[in-house]
Amino acid sequence: MEISLTLNGKLIKDNIDADLLLIDFLRSHGCYSVKRGCETANCGLCTVLMDGKPILSCSMLAARAAGHQVQTLEGLQEEAKEFVGFIADQGADQCGFCNPGFVMNTIALLRENPDPTDDEIRAYLAGNLCRCSGYDGQLRGIRNFLNSRK
Amino acid sequence: MIAIQNYVRAQSLEEAWELNQKKRNRVIGGMLWLKMGRGSVNTAIDLCDLGLDTIEETDGEFTIGAMVTLRQLELHPGLNAYTQGAMAKAVKDIVGVQFRNIATVGGSIWGRFGFSDVLTVFLSMECYVKLHKGGILPLEEFVNRKYDRDILVGLIVKKVPARFSYQAMRIQRTDFPVITCALSDLHGEIRACIGARPNKAMVIRGSRELSPAAFAEEAARQAPTGSNIRGSAAYRSHLIRVLTQRALEEIGGTT
Amino acid sequence: MEEKELKSVGKSVRKKDSMQLLLGKPVYTEDVTGDALVVKLLRSPHPNALVETINTAAAKKVPGVVEIFTWEDVPGNRFAIAGQTFPEPSPYDRLIIDRHVRFVGDVVAIIAAETEKAALKAMKLIKVTYQVLPAVLDFHTAKDNPVLVHPEEDWYPPCPVGGDNKRNLVASDSCQDGDVDAVMADCPIVLEHTFHTKAFNQAMMETFRTYCDMDRYGRLHVVSSTQIVFHCRRIIATALGIPKSQVRVEKPRIGGGFGAKQTAVCEIYPAFVTWKTGRASRLVYTRQEAQIAGSPRHEMEIKVRLGADRDGKIRALDLYTLSNSGAYGEHGPTTVGLSGHKSIPLYTGSLEAFRFGYDVVYTNLQSAGAYRGYGATQGIFALESMVNELAEKLGMDPTVLREKNMVRQGMVMPAYYGEVASACALDKCMAHCKELFHWDEKYPVRDMGGGKVRTAGVAMAMQGSCISSLDVGSATVKLTEEGGYNLLIGAADMGTGCDTILSQMVAEHMDCHVDQVAVFGADTDASPYDSGSYASSTTYITGKAVELACDKLKKQMCLIGAEILGCSEAEVEFENGRVIRPGTGETVAPEQIGVKSQLFNTHPAEATATHSSPVSPPPYMVGMVEIELDKLTGQVTVLDYMAVVDCGIPINPALARIQTEGGIVQGIGHTLMENVTYRGGCPAERSLMQYKIPTRLDMGKLTVEFEHSHEPTGPFGAKSIGEIVINTPAPALAHAIYRATGVWHRELPITPEQIAMNQK
Repeated sequence: MEISLTLNGKLIKDNIDADLLLIDFLRSHGCYSVKRGCETANCGLCTVLMDGKPILSCSMLAARAAGHQVQTLEGLQEEAKEFVGFIADQGADQCGFCNPGFVMNTIALLRENPDPTDDEIRAYLAGNLCRCSGYDGQLRGIRNFLNSRK
Repeated sequence: MIAIQNYVRAQSLEEAWELNQKKRNRVIGGMLWLKMGRGSVNTAIDLCDLGLDTIEETDGEFTIGAMVTLRQLELHPGLNAYTQGAMAKAVKDIVGVQFRNIATVGGSIWGRFGFSDVLTVFLSMECYVKLHKGGILPLEEFVNRKYDRDILVGLIVKKVPARFSYQAMRIQRTDFPVITCALSDLHGEIRACIGARPNKAMVIRGSRELSPAAFAEEAARQAPTGSNIRGSAAYRSHLIRVLTQRALEEIGGTT
Repeated sequence: MEEKELKSVGKSVRKKDSMQLLLGKPVYTEDVTGDALVVKLLRSPHPNALVETINTAAAKKVPGVVEIFTWEDVPGNRFAIAGQTFPEPSPYDRLIIDRHVRFVGDVVAIIAAETEKAALKAMKLIKVTYQVLPAVLDFHTAKDNPVLVHPEEDWYPPCPVGGDNKRNLVASDSCQDGDVDAVMADCPIVLEHTFHTKAFNQAMMETFRTYCDMDRYGRLHVVSSTQIVFHCRRIIATALGIPKSQVRVEKPRIGGGFGAKQTAVCEIYPAFVTWKTGRASRLVYTRQEAQIAGSPRHEMEIKVRLGADRDGKIRALDLYTLSNSGAYGEHGPTTVGLSGHKSIPLYTGSLEAFRFGYDVVYTNLQSAGAYRGYGATQGIFALESMVNELAEKLGMDPTVLREKNMVRQGMVMPAYYGEVASACALDKCMAHCKELFHWDEKYPVRDMGGGKVRTAGVAMAMQGSCISSLDVGSATVKLTEEGGYNLLIGAADMGTGCDTILSQMVAEHMDCHVDQVAVFGADTDASPYDSGSYASSTTYITGKAVELACDKLKKQMCLIGAEILGCSEAEVEFENGRVIRPGTGETVAPEQIGVKSQLFNTHPAEATATHSSPVSPPPYMVGMVEIELDKLTGQVTVLDYMAVVDCGIPINPALARIQTEGGIVQGIGHTLMENVTYRGGCPAERSLMQYKIPTRLDMGKLTVEFEHSHEPTGPFGAKSIGEIVINTPAPALAHAIYRATGVWHRELPITPEQIAMNQK
């Protein structure tokens, strides 16, 4: 079927299978930041923004995304650069495989709540699994970024 | 992953219903559960164009469209004011924000899943489902109906003055619950809604006459439990006792 | 090293790849490789069966299917897929596809197709009839069971490790020091208990995956998410029966390993497809495959006997470990050793005698492998729990009990192959952690009301820093014409940051900025030989190779510098990053040497060095946890986890801290929520929906600090950090749970149900 959607600000048209998942659509359009970590909607690695809201692209039909605005980390580099250095300073990037989904959801968090408490950060990012860092380094990075803005 | 041959965005409820009369067609909700199936769907029917993604509040009731997401439920000020936060408490531990942004209330209620926090919490309210052909009927009645080919349009929650408490036990914080317990005091009637038994939620009624401990004991006696990898039947019955009593104490069931 | 202020080592510099990773750049196996055949594996539904017939005719007719291979198509030579130095301790018990399938998930057919859909469709059309055999599913019954997991005559152990396939034995051994029975008989207090840990999964975010193509010379080129490029090359060449020179293995960025990728779990399948078809191919494991056919921790049952005096002197320890290797023997003979040799030495201070014996058995369950901690984790859970039981029995503060008995600087450790604790700050870790944690306030049980209590638990741990007299690390350092350096390594950064840590060492030795060091690894064609990143060895072994390579390069630079100055080599030396001629005060900058090295020059401006160590100095650690336990639901909430680690001198404190925090949270996961139960011989927890690893809401607050010791044989005094950090949560949490409930839980995980339903 024919679909069109706006990917990182660019209108994309494609002919797809009805059961193509958004994650696979995005990777086939060069958005390699979008990662698959499970098949059961549990890990958060595939997080992208649809109409500004963070969603799991592994559980969204590309067909359903038609007509919507989809953003991946490829399209939000500048917004990400504002804070990811603080996470790098903690060494909390580690293997990096969960980073794009985590960074995307952090962007969503900070847009929704520009000055979150630590508990609000933990709650909003609870759906982003990380097996390397133990999470606290990620939190310290975000906290340091928020403090740097004050 | 389920295989899907065609995808259609229905332009009317009637069109959706017509399409849904074919056995191999399926209405898709958030697709989070459906996706993991192994079967094959001829036409996936999407209700996303039908404006069913809003929560409307009047003096007397909430009308919740089937395509409203769990995240919308979590953040809705009116629903949370009415339920004293029980609505948000029921959904906030479901996987993550991204998941709750796509999981729909219609999918949760239609599925009548055993593990459902959503079903549990709505059962504790004066809640009705609206079906395209079947009309409006109490959620409690709908829960025990057989799956048919109707279309779930949404939920109606009557704003009966009430006290609510939501309790659930999870081994890991965003996991499926081992047991859920939504408790309400609706015009003097105490309802304990027990889910994840691991079967779907059921309602146990009581009155204020009973002490929390006695009612909790009664709830544990009435709610059948089973075993799965998250817990044994005996542990679940034990949890029903503990959580029902805590919920009752929270809403001030004792004096 | 003389006393000198360090500029790069000991600093928390960012990982060299951090911005690439945080900005989502395409750097992983699936991102950096192009179009390829999709490889899928048909897996056995039975735990033990023979493939009677297999018919692929219908499957091969599916449009897009290129090849389907079965047991009839593969070479008949057995091999091991454990990433270990040749000759491997692991038995040669595998074929690429064996007619005899030995666990639910064992490979029955390899499908190569143009698309995933075609491959999956073909998979459904392969018709297999099985002769289902009785299976060994309980590892207690495996030894000398009439059902043999490996009845084959060509089963071959390259090393004598006490295995016997006709007894379902992968390995068996025992050792002792002193007369355990006599000392035990003399002890007024003898405790004996059995502890059980399960086959926990690494659950790294990137599952196993490998891409293969034929390179421009017609060789097999493998791009894989692996910790062990050189072992992979050998394993693939051996499995395919082709020369090792015909195989090149490289690793891009790796999405986590934790030991899982120290086994060539998936490499041989696409390698076989590409070698046979000549076409590029790629295999990406689903999460389910990673859960049921991966390489998890060895399930172990450990029986501990502890003999002590009434004043708390621990005099004798007797451990017997039964280890479940599953259907194949990867890492079976070696992991088990750590369960004793890296737990018992913690009590060197008072111990008069010890005995340690073990059996490692085959069963018809998923094959186990290497997982961070590598047997030490299991042994430390058992022994540290036992020591806590002793403390509670004696009514003695468990930290005080440990201070009486622990290993200290300079002691000879009979249970650790007679090595000397040449750098040991364990006593300081304990004192520091007690103070940091406010142990005296948190250890007592406090009733919080509503059925909730708060209390604390403690544990110590150790690990190694390499496999002594075995691991080999190498580094090549090259000068560039602008005076920077290239560092080539064969060790694998799997997110741990070793690329950065080793670059910091180059910068320190060559007296330049870390940004002037470009690092490359790992590629069997380009990297100098390295055993790979495992056994906690990269910082300690490869780090020392970096030091040696830098020393050699300095000499080469002096040679070239002397030529520039027109003097003899003896007149110059390397100082402050440049070549100086003290006699005249002349200096030559590295960029001058770099330029000269490319102009009428006969001295290589590069150097390679290789290192190996006869010892494996243990890092040490103390962990303390405060919990709130809900006695009614059994829920344990981790409030605070504090740890003090002695890893020698941390090369990069930020990365050492993150390693520690990550290891602690994995340990919390194994203790409280990650479960492994079986249905028909297959793990029921086969997805991240069922196998629940901790989220950021499950781990409380972490505090990590360091106590420095200076390891004389390590680079800049460093020891290891990567593995030890997973070892304290299980015993510390079990201890706190006992404090709260009065019940010792000796099996992991300790679930809320077990706590709630088994209270005094």
